Amino acid sequence: MANVSTTVAAGVAPASGGDRTRTLHRAIFIGLALMLAVAPFLVYPVFLMKVLCFALFACAFNLLLGFGGLMSFGHAAYFGMASYVSAHAAKVWGLTPELAILAGTAVAMVLGAVFGALAVRRKGIYFAMVTLALAQMVYFLSVQAPFTGGEDGIQAVPRGRLLGLISFADDRVLYYFVMAVFMGGLLLIYRVIHSPFGQVCKAIRENEPRAISLGYRPLHYKLAMFVLSAGLAGLAGATKAIVFQLASLTDVHWSMSGEPVLMTLIGGIGTVFGPIAGALVVVSMQNYLAHLGAWVTVVQGGIFILAVLIFREGIVGFIAGRLKQQL
Amino acid sequence: MAETARNVAQADPAPQLAVENLHAWYGESHVLHGVTFAVKPGEVVTLLGRNGAGKTTTLKSIIGIVGRRTGSIAFAGTETIGMVSRAIARLGIAYVPEERGIYASLNVEENLMLPPQVRPGGFTVEQIFELFPNLRERLASQGTKLSGGEQQMLAIARILRTGARTLLLDEPTEGLAPVIIQQIGRTLARLKQEGFTIVLVEQNFRFAQSVADRHYIVEQGRVIDMIANDELDANHDKLQTYLGV
Amino acid sequence: MFELIGITPQVLFGQLLLGLINGSFYAILSLGLAVIFGLLNIINFTHGAQYMLGAFAAWMLLNYAGIGYWWALLLAPLIVGALAIVAERLLISRLYKLDHLYGLLLTFGLALVIQGLFRNYYGASGLPYAIPPLLSGGHNLGFMFLPNYRGWVVVASLTVCLTTWYMIEKTRLGSYLRAATENPVLTEAFGINVPRLVTLTYAFGVALAAFAGVLAAPIYSVNPNMGADIIIVVFAVVVIGGMGSILGSIITGFGLGLIEGLTKVFYPEISATVIFIIMAIVLLIKPAGLFGRAT
Repeated sequence: MANVSTTVAAGVAPASGGDRTRTLHRAIFIGLALMLAVAPFLVYPVFLMKVLCFALFACAFNLLLGFGGLMSFGHAAYFGMASYVSAHAAKVWGLTPELAILAGTAVAMVLGAVFGALAVRRKGIYFAMVTLALAQMVYFLSVQAPFTGGEDGIQAVPRGRLLGLISFADDRVLYYFVMAVFMGGLLLIYRVIHSPFGQVCKAIRENEPRAISLGYRPLHYKLAMFVLSAGLAGLAGATKAIVFQLASLTDVHWSMSGEPVLMTLIGGIGTVFGPIAGALVVVSMQNYLAHLGAWVTVVQGGIFILAVLIFREGIVGFIAGRLKQQL
Repeated sequence: MAETARNVAQADPAPQLAVENLHAWYGESHVLHGVTFAVKPGEVVTLLGRNGAGKTTTLKSIIGIVGRRTGSIAFAGTETIGMVSRAIARLGIAYVPEERGIYASLNVEENLMLPPQVRPGGFTVEQIFELFPNLRERLASQGTKLSGGEQQMLAIARILRTGARTLLLDEPTEGLAPVIIQQIGRTLARLKQEGFTIVLVEQNFRFAQSVADRHYIVEQGRVIDMIANDELDANHDKLQTYLGV
Repeated sequence: MFELIGITPQVLFGQLLLGLINGSFYAILSLGLAVIFGLLNIINFTHGAQYMLGAFAAWMLLNYAGIGYWWALLLAPLIVGALAIVAERLLISRLYKLDHLYGLLLTFGLALVIQGLFRNYYGASGLPYAIPPLLSGGHNLGFMFLPNYRGWVVVASLTVCLTTWYMIEKTRLGSYLRAATENPVLTEAFGINVPRLVTLTYAFGVALAAFAGVLAAPIYSVNPNMGADIIIVVFAVVVIGGMGSILGSIITGFGLGLIEGLTKVFYPEISATVIFIIMAIVLLIKPAGLFGRAT
């Protein structure tokens, strides 16, 4: 498969002067942090936390697709499993929220290592089908396994106290914690993309035979990228379980795997900031259209179709093309 | 020197194939930069030139399988530059690609019967077996299980069935044993006798000399010279510079 | 012998028959996916929704027009196939020059739209569709009871699969299809209308899914989610078999159905996941799939 990201990012000029790009990115990071810091005074914090959790989820997915060239259609497995583990850890084991989230993230990484080792053996469309099928297996296991609570899920998860000290009962306090998690995840992704490791992944994505002839082992790099992406998706799912005090089958369902795909597509595949914009758009739409029931699915499907047909570069990809900058 | 070619095109009132100022692109790369030449009905001409000169691309442009092309390609008076390849083929042009294009997923018989008839009067299967007796025994074999020579025969045989009277052959002798090359040479001579118009891309200069009426020299995406076959020996030095042999 | 392992022949053969029935659907659906993938190079995510459309078309023909099962078996694939032609011409054909993943995304979106629409109008609980009178009842074979309709499903799907195989491998039209799959550019340069072949192939693959949907209607209830559940399993089937071979798809489909049936007898806890487990094992041992060529 030629890679999606290059076709999409075709409008994005190669970084003209890395320094300028880096300055711009730093400015965006700072601007984003400031905006997020002020946001809970203007917008309902629970909504914002939902956006942030899904934005992190989408960024994790995009790390794998946009920078690893691998489209996973089964990221609900890591998101959902981490959500279950985090909820279980907080509720049954009584762990503090940060430890519960870490536990969920760790499990997602282990799961990502196992599934990733299988999935990276295939490419392109087959890779997408393999990840989807493996995620469906997790779904069936979640239906059967006793600890997930079956149809009910794990409800009334305590938000607890950060490090056993700071209570998360107040939405705004919890919000700043979620914001920190999100910004941390985003910075990590940014660092990885621009690290030597990220450059090798890019080389593999663009020309795998050549990367092999240079002595790199693509499978190892792809697997590492997969584990990282699964871990970040897990971090998002685990945090979401604490915020909404709920982990349920919805989190591991195949339609959940479609969410980050849509968000990334709308925001711009292969852009750093695109998935965040995409998550904001999709979560807002779901909130506004929630009363329409199954129509939300129809609208989402329609957006998928339109985005693929006429807006493949995505919101941020479009802006990046106009600015001739990588975003 | 492109003038020479244009003069020929103008001298003949009704060329079978007239290519004028043909430009072609693969993606972003501009490969042909104004190819001009013409072929009269019943004539065999070759395109000679170094690797990468644009000979194969010229054939692909004529049959319509190059991404983007501009200029003019008139076939029997019909402008084909804007047509899709299947419409061009249906005008009566048939193409044998350089790699022969035998389908691995089809057996020999299916390969032979695949191209639809575009004009009445094509070879019958019996006539084809007379021309290429080897094929008859291999009908049930997988297409790509044939030897290189047999594959080339099959590639030519299947377009003779279609009734097309203008053939584009891309290096039909490449990689073949001398005895097979002779057989293909005899076949082309017979087709010429029967009035087929043939454009041949060749590296094998001796083979080209044995079958063609005229030779066009292609360099860097342009036709830069034309040499009639009977003047070939006299122009030997010039040709050596062109082809770098 | 059966008593020794505590399983009656009725249970064993009953589950095997159920497995064979599931296998019938896996085979038809994966066959359609493989045919479409071969020529269009897209994974048709809408396949499950189109299978569901086939079942709904049968239900609608019966309830709105009074047209029964046998006509539905013919008409539903034609109707859904005609819709597929529209979808291919209007939407999918715009993606052929792009990365294959866009085809997956577009057909996924289309599946969401179709399933969402049907959920809106018909709810998520199933609608009943009766077994045609001719096939009601069953036969006692001595070692097991065979419901006539279930026997019919196995026979019908085997027939359709083998006919499809014959058409593709042994007929003139099939040779066009194979040629266009292998080298579309050259095939078109011979004067063959490849775009039309592509459209018809898509319609044919989808019509197969719709046919399976009609077959399924009297067994499972007709409901908007029926396709979403099965298509993911079929993806796993396709990964196990590889999409290079028509017969391979058929054998893999029926084989995995049988294995699933056996699992229900001997180790029911993993019956829902056994196909995914087999997929994982195949990926470890033969990543290209049992009948696949290395990509």
